[in-house]
Amino acid sequence: MLITTSTTEMPTAGYGAALLRGLKSFALLRESWVGMVGTALVLFWVLVAVFAPWLAPFDPNSSIQPFAKPGVEAVKVGGTFWLGTDHIGRDILSRIVWGSRTVLIYAPLATLCAYTVGILMGLAAGYRGGWVDDILSRIADIILSFPVLVLYIIIIATIGASGINIIIAITFASSPGIMRIVRGLTLDLRNRDYVAAAQTRGESDWRVMLVEILPNARGPLIVDACLRLGYVIITIGVLGFLGLGLPPPDPDWGGMVNETRQMAMAFPHMTLFPCIAISTLILGFNLLADGLREISLRD
Amino acid sequence: MNKDQAPVLVCKDLCISYYTRAGEIPAVVDFSLTVKPGETIGIVGESGCGKSTVAMAIMQYMGANGGIKSGSITFKGRDLTQLSESELRSIRGAEIAMIYQEPFASLNPSLKIKTQLMEVPLAHENISKDEARQRAMQMLSDVNLPDPERMMESYPHQLSGGQQQRVVIAMGLLSNPSLLLLDEPTTALDVTVEAGIVKLVADISKKFGTSQIYISHNLGLILETCDRVFVMYSGEVVEEGTIDSLFTWPKHPYTHGLFACIPLPTADKNAAPLKPIRGQLPLPFERPQGCYYHPRCDHFKTGLCDLERFKMVHVENSAADHRVRCLRYKEIDHHREVPGGEAKEAIELGKRVLKVSGMKKYYEVRDSSLRALFAGKRIRQVKANEELNFTAREGETVAIVGESGCGKSTFAKVLMGLETSTEGEVRHNGKEISEVAVRDRSAKQISSLQMVFQNPFDTLNPSHSIGGQISRVIKKFGVETDKKKIFDRVMSLLDTVKLPRDFYFRKPRQLSGGQKQRIGIARAFAGNPSMVIADEPVSALDVSVAAAVTELLMDIQREHKTTLLFISHDLSVVRYLSDRIVVMYLGHILERGTTEDIFAPPYHPYTEALLSAVPIADPEVTKREIVLEGNLPSAMKPPKGCPFCTRCHRRIGDICDNDLPPEQFVVDRHIIKCHIPLEELCLVLPVITVPDVSERLHVELRE
Repeated sequence: MLITTSTTEMPTAGYGAALLRGLKSFALLRESWVGMVGTALVLFWVLVAVFAPWLAPFDPNSSIQPFAKPGVEAVKVGGTFWLGTDHIGRDILSRIVWGSRTVLIYAPLATLCAYTVGILMGLAAGYRGGWVDDILSRIADIILSFPVLVLYIIIIATIGASGINIIIAITFASSPGIMRIVRGLTLDLRNRDYVAAAQTRGESDWRVMLVEILPNARGPLIVDACLRLGYVIITIGVLGFLGLGLPPPDPDWGGMVNETRQMAMAFPHMTLFPCIAISTLILGFNLLADGLREISLRD
Repeated sequence: MNKDQAPVLVCKDLCISYYTRAGEIPAVVDFSLTVKPGETIGIVGESGCGKSTVAMAIMQYMGANGGIKSGSITFKGRDLTQLSESELRSIRGAEIAMIYQEPFASLNPSLKIKTQLMEVPLAHENISKDEARQRAMQMLSDVNLPDPERMMESYPHQLSGGQQQRVVIAMGLLSNPSLLLLDEPTTALDVTVEAGIVKLVADISKKFGTSQIYISHNLGLILETCDRVFVMYSGEVVEEGTIDSLFTWPKHPYTHGLFACIPLPTADKNAAPLKPIRGQLPLPFERPQGCYYHPRCDHFKTGLCDLERFKMVHVENSAADHRVRCLRYKEIDHHREVPGGEAKEAIELGKRVLKVSGMKKYYEVRDSSLRALFAGKRIRQVKANEELNFTAREGETVAIVGESGCGKSTFAKVLMGLETSTEGEVRHNGKEISEVAVRDRSAKQISSLQMVFQNPFDTLNPSHSIGGQISRVIKKFGVETDKKKIFDRVMSLLDTVKLPRDFYFRKPRQLSGGQKQRIGIARAFAGNPSMVIADEPVSALDVSVAAAVTELLMDIQREHKTTLLFISHDLSVVRYLSDRIVVMYLGHILERGTTEDIFAPPYHPYTEALLSAVPIADPEVTKREIVLEGNLPSAMKPPKGCPFCTRCHRRIGDICDNDLPPEQFVVDRHIIKCHIPLEELCLVLPVITVPDVSERLHVELRE
């Protein structure tokens, strides 16, 4: 992109350069061992979710052969139950593969919603200060003073269990935490000279907040988003376990653990494999967050 | 100073390197230094020249990635590089003490002053607590702190910046060290406070016989404190000598360049402007062959200067320890270029652009303490600006001078529309603006009044490209609307501030401080402003960069006939570039007039003290010494009468404490706010005396 001649051309396509920059920062991640492991784990599950129809050996919702242990041959339809089947006879491997789609659609969506709300609230509270800050901060304090689990149960019990409602509940419960982070960063950034420069040329408040302040808060926010994605996955799992997750029969990792937990002593594979799936994905996001933090501290 | 005694410190052929992922970076090369007992050595240079690295090496405190590659540091006969960690610990703090730039960062905020002071002798000597306490008290009064008893019981935050730095110096001196290292000890302080510290530092060696190494970027401060000076450039010493020999007959082209960059009393913005050194300091791993300075030197000779490294040589016909690292110093005749850069034409002043009359700005502070509730005084007023009156004309440079907390930034905020005034009016191009917030101003009004900010590292948004940030201003102000035209306008602005055009695509972090400040200037001038407010635009930059930015600002001003409102605390820069000066103190204008008026009697007593506080890097200029006592009063509780009465050295009596002084007209547009009758003020002797050109030493020698 470097042009040294005096007849500099007008920039035509900025997207190519942006893509290149994104790839470059990803290349930086390669220097962090932890970050690479995290990326590998996350990438693994993303690929599983994308190629679920080809990877899953059986239909995840059809009852084939109950109580099959891992490695047992399927008698009627042919093939192997690599991870066994559950009490109704559904193939666990297929359910985990399809279940990854649920998690990887709802967790990022819920995080994105929580971030949108949290960022807007945090920017407004930090930048405007005064009564705006007072009101928003008190609302956040009230929400944060509830035990999270109780909050989820109240919300889901009130509005019913569905994918959209899970997103609403998670947004409601985690946006106050994000708001606090954004508010703190904004309080620092709003005193910078470039913010004053924008104010003195009469930019609107929202433009100052979104264009001048927010991009400079992205470092800590990206790291936090990765960590939070992990928590949201736990939450979705917990909601499924409590019976407040997605309605059956669609496969949901938390729900799988819940449905089979009474048989866990006799048939450990029914609960063990969904648990491993949940923990590896969360571990992936946490390691990725660590890696990103390591890189951001380096320069 | 005793010349026969054994030296305290000898550094011999010292080479220091840092080891990073990018490889070895030589920070200091071939550094030799001898410090005799009681002597004060100055090390001067721009940032990145390795002066702080030298101090750290003497302390043997290099961090994980630094190391001494070759050479020796001998302190009282012992080679510091060979000592173990525990031996070093017994030397650090006891025999070699160090004082850092920021006093508030050097004191522990959670411990009382007495704990921190007594710790020093208790750690290094076997003495009782009572004795340590006695010594600490004595030392506090030795560094001229009032009421040592109360100081001992205070926490750092209860003291002002100047008092804190005095405590830090006291702490350094407590164990009676042989060597004191001072790394820019006054950079974070106000000018009048700085003057007090400088006087203290200069007295230390007399009082305690301590040798000192004083590191600074300011040649004027070095002149006032040191016996000998070392000029460093890019990791090596280029010239050394006694203050007299080096300041009167500098030999190295770089030393000359430095002097041409600082606004000495002989410089003049039109007749003898500053002459910035061209080019940039090379990065440590990009140093050129031969003389490191040759790419920027006007006396460079191919085949001589760019071949190999050479040693320092003694300057013929000069003092015994005047040495220079230049092969051509004998051939260069520096006198021919003495009056600085090429003369430039003065701007003709036009119509009145700004008129401030009776402007006041009060802030309301809500006190929510119980006591305030009972007393019924819930709301207190902070009077940031009190009755400001002055005018500025087209093409004129008006400087607002004052120390931190004098209300100059508040005034800038009102002008820019970030705050509205409480009373009075400000007219810009005839339109009232003091009560119009920036949101309610028209695009034309906003674009005609723009600002250059102080901190180059903060003035540009790190997330956006340079081109994007300037384009935004042009679009916002509606100067151009067509994409292609906006782009062309950005290009011509980049040309104006003398930066390459491909900076359009760069991000701020790829730019140096001076380059960022240039972009800041380009941004301010994008909307063709009729007036620009510059808030200390060069105070954070190195001298040679500052000179270039100052000259650039004035060239653009000349071209566009812009009115420049220059906010600063540095009177030497102000004297150089402004036509009129407004002196502020605690929200009041104490004196205003043309630059000549301000720099000659009659003075307001505060102006007198400010002038005396300015360090001037010219040994032949004499200054009357006035050191102010006490601290700036809090703006929450200003004195009832004259704002300056608590520190004034010419206080005449109760009238100063009780009544606001009247405005006395000296001549048209020169006003002094003081109780002392004008006739008496006229009798005051000038603070700064500049010798006539014919009386100068180097002129005599030339003939």
